[in-house]
Amino acid sequence: MSAFAIYAENLTKCFGSFTAVNSISFSVEAGEIFGFLGANGAGKTTAMRMLCGLSKPTSGAGVVAGYDVAREPEKVKQSIGYMSQKFSLYEDLKVWENIRLFAGIYGMRGKHIASKTEQTLAHLGFEAERNTLVKALPLGWKQKLAFSVAIFHEPKVVFLDEPTGGVDPATRRRFWEMIYQAAERGITVFVTTHYMDEAEYCNRVSIMVDGRIEALDTPKNLRQQYSAPNMDGVFQRLAR
Amino acid sequence: MGTKSNSRLSAVNGQLIKKEFRHIFRDKRAMLILLAMPVVQIILFGFAITNEVKNAQVAVFDPSRDASTTRITERLQASRYFDVVRRLGSAAEADEAFKEGTVSLAVIFGENFDENLWRTGEAAIQLIADATDPNQAATLTGYASSIIADYQQELLQLHSVPFRVTAQVRMLYNPQLQGAYNFVPGVMGMILILICAMMTSIAIVREKETGTMEALLVSPVKPFALIFSKLVPYFALSVVNLATILLLSVYVLNVPVTGSLLGLMMLSLLYIFVSLALGMLISTLVATQVAAMLASGMALMLPVMLLSGMIFPVESMPEILQWLSSIVPARWYINGVKKLMIEGLPVASSMKEFAVLSLMAAAFVAVSIKKFKTRL
Amino acid sequence: MKALSVNNVSRSYGKVQALKNVSFEVEQGELFGLIGPDGAGKTTLIRILATLLLADSGRATVDGLDAVRDYRAIRRRVGYMPGRFSLYQDLSVEENLNFFASIFNATVRESYHLIQGIYRQIEPFKSRRAGKLSGGMKQKLALCCALIHKPSLLFLDEPTTGVDPVSRREFWDMLASLRQQGITIVVSTPYMDEALRCDRIALMKEGGCLKIETPQNIIRQFPHTLWSVQGDPMYRLLKDLRRHEDVISSFAFGDAHHVAVRSERITTLQLEENLKMLDYKNVEVKEITPTVEDCYMQLTMDNEQ
Repeated sequence: MSAFAIYAENLTKCFGSFTAVNSISFSVEAGEIFGFLGANGAGKTTAMRMLCGLSKPTSGAGVVAGYDVAREPEKVKQSIGYMSQKFSLYEDLKVWENIRLFAGIYGMRGKHIASKTEQTLAHLGFEAERNTLVKALPLGWKQKLAFSVAIFHEPKVVFLDEPTGGVDPATRRRFWEMIYQAAERGITVFVTTHYMDEAEYCNRVSIMVDGRIEALDTPKNLRQQYSAPNMDGVFQRLAR
Repeated sequence: MGTKSNSRLSAVNGQLIKKEFRHIFRDKRAMLILLAMPVVQIILFGFAITNEVKNAQVAVFDPSRDASTTRITERLQASRYFDVVRRLGSAAEADEAFKEGTVSLAVIFGENFDENLWRTGEAAIQLIADATDPNQAATLTGYASSIIADYQQELLQLHSVPFRVTAQVRMLYNPQLQGAYNFVPGVMGMILILICAMMTSIAIVREKETGTMEALLVSPVKPFALIFSKLVPYFALSVVNLATILLLSVYVLNVPVTGSLLGLMMLSLLYIFVSLALGMLISTLVATQVAAMLASGMALMLPVMLLSGMIFPVESMPEILQWLSSIVPARWYINGVKKLMIEGLPVASSMKEFAVLSLMAAAFVAVSIKKFKTRL
Repeated sequence: MKALSVNNVSRSYGKVQALKNVSFEVEQGELFGLIGPDGAGKTTLIRILATLLLADSGRATVDGLDAVRDYRAIRRRVGYMPGRFSLYQDLSVEENLNFFASIFNATVRESYHLIQGIYRQIEPFKSRRAGKLSGGMKQKLALCCALIHKPSLLFLDEPTTGVDPVSRREFWDMLASLRQQGITIVVSTPYMDEALRCDRIALMKEGGCLKIETPQNIIRQFPHTLWSVQGDPMYRLLKDLRRHEDVISSFAFGDAHHVAVRSERITTLQLEENLKMLDYKNVEVKEITPTVEDCYMQLTMDNEQ
């Protein structure tokens, strides 16, 4: 089971009498792009928090990057990257300062950070923006930078929580190309989104309804199984 | 237009006010803080001022060193209240001792004490106390005076000649001994302005922050109605607090209302209104709840504590601070409360306070209505 | 009289120009969409129309009323739903509704016919605090509150952002039925697929309008032939397609890539053969109708050149 990048078995979280996540089980292989879909309030965020070591499961087991999320949350956090639409970078810090800060948080060494920063900025085509405050960057650029920062320390798994909300269509696609590149390097990508076309980009997709995983397969198989023309159709069928 | 639109208008106000009360009553924690704060503060201050004095450090200047002065000094030393730690070379040295902070009471005997006492039947002792803590100073001089009086009593019993030892008391740094009766007006001044200004400004700014202000702005509600409806519930709450404070101070701390209760209530209601208007003004200037909290906390709490005469008497401040303190509403209110509640002066005596506070209220309301934006 | 007329409206925040000379008109009873990503100027535009913000230059009228001078009159006849959830979380569903009715001098009964379709869905929860509602429910309540005074015009700022696809669809169904009742609706959204639910749309980018048209005409005016191309592995396929000399542009679109081609130089069969030679499995190439998103990206590229 440790061969999996993410492994969940009967993972459950209750808040009082309310069961937010109800015994979900799944596994994600290394280098896979795993789409984690569900309606608002279906339990996606809670499940993701447990997998990131931020919230202790009520019962069940979760293993991320080889570490138990309940017993070794600190080690889990060390081996993952995280990016959300709401919080990703400090707006009042410069581009390089953000990179330096997060690399430092993950314990990277100064020299290594410096050379890798150059590499990353060059890859993004951001060399001229090194000293720009993040708040002055267009949204699309911020998201790309945030993703680069999230995988800067070469985590085994990266969690992306609605990373492309409100981003323009072209930038959204460029963003997904970055995700593909990361996956090709062996980074496992765990992503939530409300754009159903993006669900198609995932190797496999799970759909949560009321705390349970109701469907889990490749987008193609899901379309066939629910005889829907696209993932939007599958989602409508399941979440209604 | 006419009565129909008027009644509709008041229905709008009614709904707005109802909504504000709901906000307050549903936030149990805020309610608790609002209503418990005055009780806790009054009791806290109440106990803080009645601390028992023990082994206070005393300096003695005794130029004649005769039988009587030695006897009195011994008695001071023997009592559990005092500890004679220093002999002074001159009366002027007392000042230094106080500045060093090593003593809290100085006993200065007159020249040729014993001789004067026997020959003229009169001798003088000066008691100097550090009155920055006025309560302690009063207690110390009281105890010392009674020890001296005891000695005098003894002399009277032994000899039939009438002796008089006059203890002359001098309070350093805070000659009027403001304290015991001072903190009640002070706490009133502080609590009322904190609750009114902080709570109203936060309540208004919260709507800006959560976006509900946007929805209200696009409605036909007049800005004045909007703000007015925020003031009403806090006005009511403050009246409750005012009653709590007065009851506690009269029945728990035995600080009675010696003057006109009606006058005191009038002044307090006016002050509450000034504070609400100030909260309104703050809310038009800031955009976030944190900023409102900081603005009302820093801009109100510190000046009220430091400049209003609550802790340090205004009369002993440098001129510039005295001048500054005159723009602090609490200073005028506390002054007025002292006159009406403690000193028992007639209402006419605090006309100046009434006038200044009314002016402030009018100014705050005018500025905040002018500043209130009908757009984002 | 036009429901809405916007003439050369511009607005800046400091150095950032949020709106650049925007002009358009909306007919009575039209469902008009402002489509574009964050930073396109949608919110600024809606706020100016809702009289919450002043334009730096240009003029806007709502129902023939000047957005600056007659703002009081406008506020009485428009409904506005801000981008953020703008109801009182500590008041119940019913209390929120009554409150918003009262500040508009209206009653729930007067406008019940307008909201009943929506309100019935949240009525079972009417004594629940608004803060405890699910995302979709909150949107429905907010819409009810915006409709409570029977507005003739409705401004909705990104009502479906961050909402799941099922709730989004329900929301658009509600807008469609409101439109049936003759209300003019201006709605902004970052989701391009929602454009098809509008009568006309303005495609916005960085403060300007790329195009103002019916979605059908926008799609008709797409300048190239568009093919959907599938084949495994998809990511390598995208890179190879971009290198192909007869391909103008290629973007990932869900399970397929959308490829604009020079159709006079290549056929679908030829491309299929080309790809099979490059070792792709399950290759499928077919001609498709562009989506609004294809058009948006095309217009963006045209604009940049």
